[in-house]
Amino acid sequence: MHIMEGFLPLEWCIFWYLLSAPFVLWGIMQTGKLFALKPQQKILLAVSGAFIFVLSSLKLPSITGSSSHPTGTGLASILYGPGISAFLAAIVLVFQALLLAHGGITTLGADIFSMGIMGPLVAWLVFKGSAKLNIGWKVRIFAAALLSDWITYLVTSLQLALAYPGASLVQSYMTFASVFALTQIPLAIAEGILFLVFFDFLRRAKPKMLAELCGEEFAK
Amino acid sequence: MEQQKQQPLPIHLYLLALLAIVALFALPFLLNPDAQFGGADNAGRDLIAQQDPNYTPWYSSWWQPPPETESMLFALQAAIGAIIIGYFIGYERGKAAGAAN
Repeated sequence: MHIMEGFLPLEWCIFWYLLSAPFVLWGIMQTGKLFALKPQQKILLAVSGAFIFVLSSLKLPSITGSSSHPTGTGLASILYGPGISAFLAAIVLVFQALLLAHGGITTLGADIFSMGIMGPLVAWLVFKGSAKLNIGWKVRIFAAALLSDWITYLVTSLQLALAYPGASLVQSYMTFASVFALTQIPLAIAEGILFLVFFDFLRRAKPKMLAELCGEEFAK
Repeated sequence: MEQQKQQPLPIHLYLLALLAIVALFALPFLLNPDAQFGGADNAGRDLIAQQDPNYTPWYSSWWQPPPETESMLFALQAAIGAIIIGYFIGYERGKAAGAAN
């Protein structure tokens, strides 16, 4: 998700930078620890980041008649939570801000907060929280990946509404969400399906590593 | 070799998944044949102008790639990700095949 360069007032740029920075630092520390203690798991972290690279480079058409980016943060959210997800999303967002004029340096904090932190946080909580419930892994993966995408755009709508409340914050939120949240629905569903299929491969190829990372097994 | 082998999801679920994804992104063109499919990022910018007509961006991108370069860089970004995912899947499949022999 990209709020365009220069389109957030300075105080909001600083505010979102301050909120995002601890998560990115936490993610960097977690990554360093993982690489030092469990180097055999490096590849999975690379693959999690790779999904963010591929999916956030796509601009997909939506039923609303406009196009939007998927986020690709589903796998990182499920496996690592909001710290490492924030770090991985930050890498992609910096690439896009500097080389593609998508998003920007002034809006980087806000974009990391929506895409790298809040989306992954909600997805991670839903995935972890449903572990004890009698829900199959397929539904849990689908829901988590879908939410990691969709929540991102709900948060972006909120960020824009806070910066541009107009006459009423609620009305402003509805205005932004009517574009972002609706456009994103089919993309979020597609991400849910994609990560469900990939996770099916992962649980067969790397059952031990997954059990170690997630603290549970994904049998039938 | 290690543990019992997990069964993959049934093949018809995979086909259904593929079909659903194709349908999700083909349908928009059937439902909205005249739409421009402009980026939601730009739509956001237009909404800001609507909410606060007096707002002027106080900073603009330090570099705007020419359209051809932009599409190249997007493709490059996708390629970097895809090669890592493809390497991982191929490596794991090869390892499994090697173990089976």
